[in-house]
This record gives sequence, structure tokens and C-alpha cells, in this order.
Amino acid sequence: MKRKNQWIAISLTIIMAASLFAGCGKNNAGNNGTGNNQGNDKEASGKVYYLNFKPEQADQWKDLAEDYTKETGVPVDVQTAASGTYEAQLKSEMAKNEAPTLFQVNGPAGLKNWKDYCYDLKDSDVYKKLKSDDFALKEGDAVLGVAYVIETYGLIYNRDILEEYFAMDDSEIKSLDQLNNFQALKKVADGIQAHKEQLGVEGAFTSAGMDSSSDWRFKTHLANIPIYYEYKQDGITSTEAIKGTYLDNYKQIFDLYITDSTCDPGMISSKTGEDAASEFALGEAVFYQNGTWAYNDIKDNEVEDQDMGMLPIYIGVEGEENQGLCTGSENYWCVNKNASKENIKATLDFLNWVISSDEGRETLSEDMGFITPFTTFEDYLPENPLVKAGNEYTEAGKTPVSWNFTTMPSENWKNGVGNALLEYAQGTGSWDAVKTAFVDRWAEEYKAANGQ
Amino acid sequence: MEKAIKRYFPIFVLPTLIAFIIGFIVPFIYGVYLSFCRFTTVTDARFIGLVNYTKIFSDHVFMHAMWFTALFTIVTVILINVLGFFAALLLTKKIRGRNIFRTVFFMPNLIGGIILGYVWMLLLNGVLAQFGRTLTYSSVYGFWGLVILLCWQQIGYMMIIYIAGIQNIPGELMEAAQIDGATSGQILKHVTLPMVMPSITICTFLTLTNGFKLFDQNLALTNGAPSRMSEMLALNIYNTFYGRSGYEGVGQAKAVVFFILVAVIAIVQNRLTRQKEIQQ
Repeated sequence: MKRKNQWIAISLTIIMAASLFAGCGKNNAGNNGTGNNQGNDKEASGKVYYLNFKPEQADQWKDLAEDYTKETGVPVDVQTAASGTYEAQLKSEMAKNEAPTLFQVNGPAGLKNWKDYCYDLKDSDVYKKLKSDDFALKEGDAVLGVAYVIETYGLIYNRDILEEYFAMDDSEIKSLDQLNNFQALKKVADGIQAHKEQLGVEGAFTSAGMDSSSDWRFKTHLANIPIYYEYKQDGITSTEAIKGTYLDNYKQIFDLYITDSTCDPGMISSKTGEDAASEFALGEAVFYQNGTWAYNDIKDNEVEDQDMGMLPIYIGVEGEENQGLCTGSENYWCVNKNASKENIKATLDFLNWVISSDEGRETLSEDMGFITPFTTFEDYLPENPLVKAGNEYTEAGKTPVSWNFTTMPSENWKNGVGNALLEYAQGTGSWDAVKTAFVDRWAEEYKAANGQ
Repeated sequence: MEKAIKRYFPIFVLPTLIAFIIGFIVPFIYGVYLSFCRFTTVTDARFIGLVNYTKIFSDHVFMHAMWFTALFTIVTVILINVLGFFAALLLTKKIRGRNIFRTVFFMPNLIGGIILGYVWMLLLNGVLAQFGRTLTYSSVYGFWGLVILLCWQQIGYMMIIYIAGIQNIPGELMEAAQIDGATSGQILKHVTLPMVMPSITICTFLTLTNGFKLFDQNLALTNGAPSRMSEMLALNIYNTFYGRSGYEGVGQAKAVVFFILVAVIAIVQNRLTRQKEIQQ
């Protein structure tokens, strides 16, 4: 009896241990198996792993990758990081054996952290097909990143409700043409806020949510405008210490956002990007500060495409009647230098296919609604009404505002400004704290980021 | 018998030992090494000595997180253990449907922290919205929100441990005390409490370390907002590591300090409560 028990115990242990190792073993065998198959099927081995930054276009990238695999047999894996977690995910993915072969950085500040991982793209097709060098991230002669989308942001507005307001007896501003400076914007916003019941809206502006899915609209994109004017005045393109010349204007526009809003300023700490998007899409608010990429989130709802337009963000600077929308890029493709040669080649081929094949060009321009900086896209322009609005301003001879937030010293700086803005809006902090976060922290963070 | 144990040592212990080495010892040592390095991803570390450690203590957000966490742990350890113990006392009495109550109280523990965090965020924000506030309006709301959440989650778990402890008390002891004319207060103080001391040791240990290590609930409920004032230690370490380029090593160094802190507190606590345990 005792012996029998012993045997049972031993055999059970062996089975357990065996299943443990078999589990691992099977996986490996599986991986090797597929690897071999690919080798047999196609001359070109290697695979692509794209860590995508834009959650708005996650599904389209997946579909595009599948098409490519069907056509060429090269496996393309697309993973998308949740909003606001890209850097974290990239950091842990890059440490793996199967690291992303294709990833993104968000401009010069982002590149600093990843430049040791970037493959020099100067001989690649994707770089050669760029319209101009302005869209490449360079370090000396090396081309480390290539922008793939040019984006525009401003104040997205609901034309239908706006016209309705213009038609009211006591409205001072009577047409979009008159709405070309901060004073006019304030009059319109205050007017809409006062008549919100009549117009059937909750407020003039969508909620200025300071949740991490939305706070970048203010700490980064809105902050770009005072920075743009300061750079312009000083004739520079980046700085190690910001002066904050136009901070009063920043306050002015932010005040407008939180006063003429759909919600009480005490509530904005938990309002998300989705909240703002849905408020606009359902016609509850007239103005929504965001960019061309937001089209996917707001289309096919209450607001018709022809009713969507985009205004420049006026902050009350002299001569802003000629200011256009904010246009630029913070999405740069980088190829992982440490990937194997086959994988690098596969990645470059994939990129080239994306920007030159019909499927690729259709997906990027029509489904994703991107304007790209590539020469291959001449006949492929997106249907996105927000993109059209941007083009109208350029054609009308307005000066586009460049994206200077790529020169902000660090993420930490942006977070500091965001936190100070929130506390100011709630009334738990003062505007001076925003100034400190904006001006003093800039110099500190610049030193910390570039000092080592 | 002893011989047999020795003979079968490899079969019984080796699989666990290997798993423990791969899953714990190696990452731990590697982690300590990384705290002396500068790196972007963990595979390209460069040794730089103690620089990371000097940066920790000038970081006032970290210091704030430390006090915030300490305060939080004190509050939750007391609340969870007291409430858990009394729930156990109640549910060892002969009450109708006590098994149902036990199950219901235990159930929150089966839900993951992230989900709990989001559910409670919606609930608490719904209540606070009546007053025009949100959970992330100030860290005071965040603090009490976290306390409520953790209590709700862990009281049931600790209750089960206390129930086991109380049921283990020999019936003769209780009877003897009653015959000697002890009041129920005296029985609680002089019989029940000393007899469940082993459970108290375990429960304080669990709540203490859980309080310090709290991460997912913190991440989901407030994510440190506003201005990182409701950020606890574990989340602070995570944000340092992932949120700030060039500070990966500092995050790692904080993690080492964090480990030492939790280890010291847990050992001291264990010593203190163990002394009070009595031999049955």
C-alpha cells in the first residue's frame, strides 16, 4: 500500500513537471514551425512589428497589415498603445527579443530618448519619397525619423448652430468672416452661452477635460500658440528658457474655455477626451478644440460633415486676423536599428508599400483621413472635412501656425503645466502656479534633458 | 522517513525552486543592478554608480508619496482589521444565512483591482457630482476614496481568516470562562483576542504590505491626480520609470528603497505581533 502511494506521488509529480516544461516546449516548437514555413514560402524572410501610436486608427492599421501579409506572405504585427501610454509600452517592448521593428517618436524631444535605436533612413524609399526635408528628423546627416502625416488643429465648430446664433437679434457678430480675432470669439462664445437654451446646447465649448485622455489639448496644443508667438517675436525656433511673453493671452483663451463650457470647472478633472468628442458629435457644444485626427471620432453622428468647420485658435495677439490653423507633425516613423537585417528590410519594404501601393494610399488617405508629406499621394486626398477646412485657410493666404510643442523640453514639463492649469481652473491653485510651471520649469527641464 | 524526504527533495522542491529563481531571484538581482545604471530599455544599461540614489531624496513628489502612503496604510490597517474582526465575530454567532453573508462579504476580493478602481471611480464620482466635485478635485477625496475601496475589497478576506481563527478556539475555554462568570466583554478581551493572535499576525501583515504596495486601485481610481498629490509609492515608482525619459534608473533605485522599507516594516510588525501569540 505504502509503495503504491509512493508510485502515485512520483508519477503525479513527473506529470506535473512534464506538463510545465511541455507548455514552454510547445510554444517554442510552434514559433519555430511558423518561422520555417515562412522561410519556405517566400524568398524574403523577416517580419514587421509596428507599435502604432494612434489609437484612432488602430483597426485600419490592422486591416492594412493583413492585406500586406496576404499579398506578400510577410507577417506584419500591429500593436497599438492605449492613449497616453505609448512611451511606457515602447520602453518595455524594446527590451524584448522580438522588439518592434517600426515605432514612432513625437519630434525632437522624443527622439532624444530613442536616437540610439533609430536606423538611418537616408537610403530608404520612404525618405526619398518625402516632399521635403522639413518632414524628416535629422541628426547631422543621418535621417532618423520620417513624418508620415501632416495634421492640423484648431477650433472645430458646428456651422449649423453657429449660423443659428448669427441670425439672432442681439448677436454682435453676424458671420464667420467677422469671427477672426479673440474679441469676436469671446463675444460669440459668451452670446452662445447666454442663449444656450434657445440654441439647444449645453455650452459654447466642449468640456475642457483634464483627464490624461484630453489634457494634452491644453497643456500641449493650446500652449503651442503663445510659444509660437514668442518664438516669432524673438525670431527663434527653439529655446532653452521661455519668457512667457504671451502667457496672459494663454490665460485669456483658457478662461474662455472653462467659463463658456458645458460643465462646471470643478468637474473637469475627470472629464475625458471621449466626453468632449461626444458633446460635440451630439451637438451639445459648438466649439471643440482638436485636430483633423478627431474626425473619426465625431463623424456619423448628429453633426453632418458639411456642418463641420475649423477656426484658428485666436488668443488676442495683434494681427491675428491673418493667423491660420496650426499645422505640423509630431508623428515620425523610426525603424529599429537593433532589429535583424531581414526584419529591417521587411519593415522598409512594408513602409514603401504603404505609401506607394493603391491599397496603402487608399487606406491612409480615405480610411484614416491623413494628409501625408509623401510625393506619392498627389491624387489621394482625404474626404475629411476638417482637412478641407485647413486647406481653405492656406488658400486664403493665412499664415499657418507651426507646431512648436515638439520643442517643449520634456513630458514632465507638459504634465506640470497641465496640473497647474487644472488647479487654476478648479480654483484650488492660482495662475501664478501656471506661470511658474510654464517659465521656471522650462529652464529646469531643459537642463535636465540636455545636461547629461 | 527523513531519508525518504531527502531522496525525493529534487522531485518536490526543484520545480518550484527553479520557478522561484527565474521568476523572483534573477529579476530581483537584475533590478538591484539596474538601480545603479542609466538606461532606456533594460537591455542596454550602463553602470553609473550611486547617482540615481542621490536623485531620490531631492524628489519632493516621492517624499509626499511616502507620507501619503504611510498615512493611508495606518488608516486602512486599523479599519480593515477592526471591521474584519467584528464581521467575523458576528458571523461565527448563530445567525440565519451566515454562510450567504460570508460569501457575499468575501466576493469583492475576487474582482481585479483595476476593474474595482474604475467601478468605484464611477460610483464615487456619481455621488460627488451632486456637490459639483470629482474624485480628482483634491487629494483628500482621492485618499478617502482609496480607503473606502480597499476596505470594501479586503474586509471580507480578513474576515475569513479571523473566522478560521475564532472557530479554532476550543469550546471548553469559552465554556469555562462562562461558568466562571466572565462577561462577554471579558471573554472577548481575555479569551478570544489572545487566542486569535496568530490570525491577527497574518492579517496585519497582509493589510500592511497591501497598503504599501497598492498600485492598480490607485492607478484606476485617481491615477495620482490632482498634481500627483494622490500618488502612492508604487505608482510613483511606475511613473518615474515609464513617465520620464532619463529617469528609468531613478525609478529602479526608488523600487529598491521601497523594497527595503516594506521588508523592514513587515519584519518589525511580525516580531511585535508574534511576541503576543500564546501557545495553545
